[in-house]
Amino acid sequence: MKATAPREPATSPATPGPHGAPPAFDVEAVRAQIPALHQEVHGKPLVYLDSAATSLKPRCVIDAVERVYARDCANVHRGVHALSERATAAFEGARHKVRRLLGAADSREVVFTRGTTEAINLVAWSFLRPRLRAGDEVLVTELEHHANIVPWQLVCAEVGARVVPAPIDDRGVLDVAALGRLLGPRTKLVALAHTSNALGTVNPVAEVAALARAAGVPVLVDGAQAVPHGPVDVQALGCDFFAFSAHKVYGPTGVGVLWGKLAHLEAMGPWQGGGDMIRTVSFEGSTWNDPPHRFEAGTPNIAGVIGLGAAIDWLLGLDLAGARAHEQALLARATDALSRVPGLRIVGTAPGKASVVGFVLEGVHPHDLATILDHEGVAVRAGHHCAQPVMRRFGVPATARASFALYNTLDEVDALLRAIERARALFA
Amino acid sequence: MSDLRELYQELILDHGRRPRSFGELPDRNREAEGVNPLCGDHLVLHLRVEPGPDGSEPGAAPGSAVVRDVAFKGSGCAISTASASLLTGAIKGKTVAEVEALFARVHAMLTAPTDVAPETEGLGKLAVFSGVREFPARVKCASLPWHTLKRALEGGGKASTE
Repeated sequence: MKATAPREPATSPATPGPHGAPPAFDVEAVRAQIPALHQEVHGKPLVYLDSAATSLKPRCVIDAVERVYARDCANVHRGVHALSERATAAFEGARHKVRRLLGAADSREVVFTRGTTEAINLVAWSFLRPRLRAGDEVLVTELEHHANIVPWQLVCAEVGARVVPAPIDDRGVLDVAALGRLLGPRTKLVALAHTSNALGTVNPVAEVAALARAAGVPVLVDGAQAVPHGPVDVQALGCDFFAFSAHKVYGPTGVGVLWGKLAHLEAMGPWQGGGDMIRTVSFEGSTWNDPPHRFEAGTPNIAGVIGLGAAIDWLLGLDLAGARAHEQALLARATDALSRVPGLRIVGTAPGKASVVGFVLEGVHPHDLATILDHEGVAVRAGHHCAQPVMRRFGVPATARASFALYNTLDEVDALLRAIERARALFA
Repeated sequence: MSDLRELYQELILDHGRRPRSFGELPDRNREAEGVNPLCGDHLVLHLRVEPGPDGSEPGAAPGSAVVRDVAFKGSGCAISTASASLLTGAIKGKTVAEVEALFARVHAMLTAPTDVAPETEGLGKLAVFSGVREFPARVKCASLPWHTLKRALEGGGKASTE
């Protein structure tokens, strides 16, 4: 019944500004829509600089999730009753919204998962594993998150294949020429981050994808840190698979997306078995549903997916060019101010960066720094950021990381700097 | 800011900056490694355990054996470094039974509920860590050296906070 998705709405539900364009980006108007921003931590106004870990959520996303449980609470793709029809329409509507967000050709290319990690694992087992032989290679980069390393190691271990990292330089810039040299007949997949979570580097994904395509090698892009700083166009990137998580794009936790070219998805066998992913089941054998449902076994995170749809509506209703410019202004101010702090070293100085700044401060361990900053109301992350190879590459056990979203302000950059001064004074 | 000073007391800052007994013990006969995979803290603890006054062999009657010397190396935050540094001072010359009792007391202090006064009797300088329990994310920093010590006394290997 649900092999074909409902027809896509003809008009965008986002509120248009004058002449159909969104109103010019206004950070205070955006902040007013995000309840979690408006609280105190240890008696200080919250300065939330950990959006690369998870973004805070706008009211419309919270309301959309609440509406599922308070009104449209039903399973999807099953019932003929009104609640189930409403839930199914909203769920499949979210799939169309993701298609639009990613510039994909077809909503059937959008598979809902638990997150980026599960999306990558799905490709590892369903796409790569049957094609992988002893001696084969998966080409990654030195700046990958563990989620784009370990799934490949697990499938490689099954057959005696290996994961090969392409090098980055001391700024955190991918050496594309070296990657090109590592691309060979043994390479069965290139898997790289669009944007590094630890360094902020934006990789030249289109360039890498063109190299890989010329070598006949498919490309998976870990887009978890890229979509929040979009726009992303998977067709323009020229990749084969693209994964991201809802919770980093102002949506709920527990939902992610795998976008894959339809021809790949149609050729892939199921990964997890269960309800919804089958066409027929008998004890003699079963047949599989079409993509994307083939890869969505069991009752999905219905409220989460619908919340993601609300987040996409919200995002696409903003002046995104203005938001990007604002984020880049935050990055420039933070980079400039932090580089003036004595004993502070920024880890990740690529010329093209998203609004993520990793750093270490001489004499103050990142973990201590994060505790002191927290007492000033400033939330940053300290640790290896699930990127231990990156930490090793830069010779540090850990970094502190300030990551900025479109709802942060220049004043908050100044608050970060004041808090760092407190830490320096305490440890002087 | 006052509770932050509870955590970062002068003694902790001092031992964090200039850890005591930092290095290796060439004549060690016990050692273990401690890691906190979340924050990257890493330490290696070396012990020299010798027979106690009653002549018992180390291992044969572990309770009466004596920690003659101790050293650690590694990298970590101020809390974990200071905890390792103060640990070395606290256990040197004590019997294994005394060290195990001390471990239990430190562990109780670090994990005690925050609504009761901390039990610090007999802990000496280690009482400086009584404020750590107010910072749940940092309890593992302070306890890592102690878990590593326990592992070393039990025969070695790797202690992990996770």
